[in-house]
Amino acid sequence: MITTSGLTKVYRGRGREVTALDGVDLHVREGEVYGVIGQSGAGKSSLIRCVNLLERPTSGTVTVAGQDLTALAGRGPRAGRELRRARSRIGMVFQHFNLLSTRTVQDNVELPLEILGTSGKERSRKALELLDLVGLADKAKAYPAQLSGGQKQRVGIARALAGDPKVLLSDEATSALDPETTRSILTLLRDLNRQLGLTVLLITHEMDVVKSICDSAALMEQGRVVESGTVSELLATPGSELASALFPVTGEASGDDRTVLDVTFQGEAATQPVISQLSRTYNIDISILGAAIDTVGGLQIGRMRIELPGRYEDNVVPVGFLREQGLQIDVLGRAGQESVLAKEGAK
Amino acid sequence: MRPLLEQACWDTLYMVGWSTLIAVVGGLPLGLLLVLTERGGLLQNVLANKVVGQIVNIARSMPFIILMVALMGFTRWITGSTIGREAAIVPLAIGAIPFFARLVETAVREVDHGLVEAVQAMGGNTWTVVRKVLVPEALPSLISSATTTVVALIGYSAMAGTVGAGGLGDIAIRYGYQRFETDLMWITVAVLAVVISVIQFAGDYAARALHRRGGRSGAAPRLRLLKAEAAAPELTKV
Repeated sequence: MITTSGLTKVYRGRGREVTALDGVDLHVREGEVYGVIGQSGAGKSSLIRCVNLLERPTSGTVTVAGQDLTALAGRGPRAGRELRRARSRIGMVFQHFNLLSTRTVQDNVELPLEILGTSGKERSRKALELLDLVGLADKAKAYPAQLSGGQKQRVGIARALAGDPKVLLSDEATSALDPETTRSILTLLRDLNRQLGLTVLLITHEMDVVKSICDSAALMEQGRVVESGTVSELLATPGSELASALFPVTGEASGDDRTVLDVTFQGEAATQPVISQLSRTYNIDISILGAAIDTVGGLQIGRMRIELPGRYEDNVVPVGFLREQGLQIDVLGRAGQESVLAKEGAK
Repeated sequence: MRPLLEQACWDTLYMVGWSTLIAVVGGLPLGLLLVLTERGGLLQNVLANKVVGQIVNIARSMPFIILMVALMGFTRWITGSTIGREAAIVPLAIGAIPFFARLVETAVREVDHGLVEAVQAMGGNTWTVVRKVLVPEALPSLISSATTTVVALIGYSAMAGTVGAGGLGDIAIRYGYQRFETDLMWITVAVLAVVISVIQFAGDYAARALHRRGGRSGAAPRLRLLKAEAAAPELTKV
């Protein structure tokens, strides 16, 4: 639904250049919630602004719903009619809501429709319908300053939906909200995604956002996408930074001659009594250093950090057994060797 | 004495009213243009911005009495005379346009850029941004700016009195200064004080009412007014 290829954005100041985006390839499928996460300065903001061309990419292309927006942009800095029409079919919500303080809630939601040239009657019908959808039907005549942060963002979402978009861009939509309000806004986005088949591209610096609603995620660092994929793909990727951030387990080895493993259970494997099988089959004592079970992107995931006696070399067979059971095993402190072994294991 | 003062009062309001109207009509687009054409603006045009900015600066720093004399030829061409109320309106308006334009520039620049971005993301063009965002969101500040301009124009109009424009300033100079009729001068001063207070009050009230509609605290417009006044230099420059 959204594809960027080789997207590069360079800001040129007086005598210095800052590369905000460095060849970003992103592919967001129709109907999914895609989260881009990264620290501030990683280029997330530039990325989302390049998707509807609020920022002109220095090079690369952006395709939304099969339409190459970069081709519509033309040469000048101003947006032509074609690009403006394409933008009106992409909804956008902002961190600071960006509601007009001099307009009522309803008038704010009507604004995109005014721009589209919808008639007055149709405008107010649509606005009230959308306000009902986001649960603010009773606030139509209120001014934004009379609303709480969460309510303002609901108005922002209703406004973004006014043009019947297929795609919604969310620029840190929950970053200015408290945890509880964040949850309710995320639930709303999730519901809209399911009910309307809306494709959502969101950027955030909060791992919890990705964890609670994203089907896919990408990690950005210094203008590049360093990891990306569906949440289950990421969790199945050994050594994935995103996976361990999404789902951290802790625990320290109790001695030098120990092997510490992170075991990730997904789907079928989660129901098998593998640890006791391992213990019985190889007659080894296993201690559990840490464990957690959680739902990530709608998937039940378990992760456990276990310790086996002896060095890794002594435990190759038990580790092989665990992999045969369809579990994902990360051996701690053996990062270099591990990646090769893991790939073999995956085969 | 009363008909004299009454006539002078009306003359002042007539001159100030018309020149304010012209200043708003001319200064609003000029101020918007200054914001839109600056670097990074929606209609970025650095050359145009520099040229317009320079013209505004020169016109604004010109002492009004000199501007008035310098514009005599132009005034005669427009109104057919250099004396009287109508003739005074020409230099008053021309002096006030750049003054108001700078205030508009300050007010419009205060509008949150996020709102501009939001409207662009909806597919709005520059004209939409001006109409739906910049002007309505800056309106309370714009009203304060207009009030400041009216008050400044009352000051200028007194100077216009010296070329036979009439008005309160004219009375104060002719009767108070030249004929030593101190009573009349003090009455004129009092009337001016009342007129200015009423205008300032009405302006503040309108600005605050608009703000309150937006539901913000009452303190904000007062702060903005102070800012607007700080941005308006030397109101009484001769």
